[in-house]
Amino acid sequence: MSIDIETARRVAKLARIAVPESDLPELANEFSAILGFIEQLNEVDVDGIEPMTSVTPQRLKRRDDVVNDGGQQEAVLKNAPDAREGFFAVPKVVE
Amino acid sequence: MSELSKLKISEARDALKKGELTSVELTQACLSEIEKADALGAFVHKTPELALDMAKAADANKAGGDLNGIPLGIKDLFCTKGVPSQAASGILEGFKPEYESTVTTQLFADGAVMLGKLNMDEFAMGSSNETSVYGNAVNPWKRGNDDAQLTPGGSSGGSATAVAADLCLGATGTDTGGSIRQPAAFVGITGIKPTYGRVSRWGVVAFASSLDQAGPMTKDVRDAAIMLKAMSGHDPKDSTSADLAVPDFEAALTGDIRGKTIGIPKEYRMDGMPEEISKLWDDGTAMLKDAGAVIKDITLPHTQYALPAYYVIAPAEASSNLARYDGVRFGHRAKLDAGDGITEMYEKTRAEGFGDEVKRRVMIGTYVLSAGFYDAYYNRARRVRALIKKDFEDVFAAGVDAILTPATPSAAFGLGEMDNEDPVKMYLNDVFTVTVNLAGLPGISVPTGVDHQGLPLGLQLIGRPWEEGDLLNTAYALETAAGFVAKPGKWW
Repeated sequence: MSIDIETARRVAKLARIAVPESDLPELANEFSAILGFIEQLNEVDVDGIEPMTSVTPQRLKRRDDVVNDGGQQEAVLKNAPDAREGFFAVPKVVE
Repeated sequence: MSELSKLKISEARDALKKGELTSVELTQACLSEIEKADALGAFVHKTPELALDMAKAADANKAGGDLNGIPLGIKDLFCTKGVPSQAASGILEGFKPEYESTVTTQLFADGAVMLGKLNMDEFAMGSSNETSVYGNAVNPWKRGNDDAQLTPGGSSGGSATAVAADLCLGATGTDTGGSIRQPAAFVGITGIKPTYGRVSRWGVVAFASSLDQAGPMTKDVRDAAIMLKAMSGHDPKDSTSADLAVPDFEAALTGDIRGKTIGIPKEYRMDGMPEEISKLWDDGTAMLKDAGAVIKDITLPHTQYALPAYYVIAPAEASSNLARYDGVRFGHRAKLDAGDGITEMYEKTRAEGFGDEVKRRVMIGTYVLSAGFYDAYYNRARRVRALIKKDFEDVFAAGVDAILTPATPSAAFGLGEMDNEDPVKMYLNDVFTVTVNLAGLPGISVPTGVDHQGLPLGLQLIGRPWEEGDLLNTAYALETAAGFVAKPGKWW
């Protein structure tokens, strides 16, 4: 499958990665090469095969429904690029 | 003094226990080797003061475990409290975790000493360590008298280099598609990826959560057994970690493999396989046969679809996992222009912070998960994955104890040699290893020979789930028969 420039632009937007307009044609080419490689999967007969969800059959464990951690505001905010008054600070989100 | 860093973990352990050596002496020897080895690009964050403090504590603690006082290198993918942990990415620049990964917590509880953090491909995405924000790690081996720098493989390239160049006694690695086994083969050391769920993923920066496993990279099989035991075990903080007892893997190393059935899968004899790899495989097969194993030709019919399935599943999981790098909670945030809103903050931060290969995989993952393509790509790949796992289950059910294959399709290649190639060409490095991740099985790479240029080559053994002890014992028999003792000449 060949990926066009419009699709490459849309995928970059969905992935929230800024890609300069001039880089889109090469990106589309790379996607096409990788997806071309992936297309081999169409040769496999997968009728009646369930998609794998867990490589080891298991039921996820449930822990007791109790508070076991918390009160670590300072540690949580320690690595934030911008933290103010106990919150993560971001550009204005709503008008 | 520099000789001390050449010790194996088992040798150092025994000398430490007898009081013939102190951890401080051993640690200082490694630190001095590291100081002289910047040209190898292995250690990217050095922690000498911390190492010496840990060594002193180990010397004072007579009750420590097998790793008490043993200096190790830690892959940059592991979160280490207060020490930069960047996954070799610009987007995590300046990140110092407030917590310790379960693996490093367990290693340190056993008494291990951390020398520093090791280079790798960015977010463990790569097979040559060339996608690292820190620059390349360099293979200590060279092609005869040729001066060209070679890759140590990837993604655990710094770990491979550090162990092969005797900068440390062992190192942690992680393996999502071959990232422990391929670099181990490229530098002539041992590396094991355990069964999925054997080792906790908590505190290890996530790439593809259904495939990622940590494991040791060491100078021999015995050391791998010792280190794997310390890394393994159930962790309530990782819901996929298995609640199973951890056996004494070292005790399993008897070298007796008489009557064991070793499968040789015909699909791994790829078209155009170099004669040297083919011969290495045949030699390894003969060694196991001479040791008393029964050799059986087997078929794993879906092998050729493993790489394409992997290149759907791994990027899909990566695109979800890497969504957390948004410039809000940790790491890099782009400088914004007047009027930029939160979307521009995300887009600019991710464009600046991620390298090209990471961007490529995140976007491929985004595409295969997007509306209209989810079934055609992602669900189909997960169905193929189920078939690949069944291939292995069928041969194990037919009595096969372990499977022998080459570890890599070639010896180490030159840094920069793949620059102008299609990305898919680089992906082919993992052709023999990636099936094991998709099936969740344990796999080990053992150095078995050298090519015509004197570069190390490895063979891979694949075991039954949860039977790392048996797998390590087969690897031990292969190691003993192969007698690989070559070391790189020191040029750094």
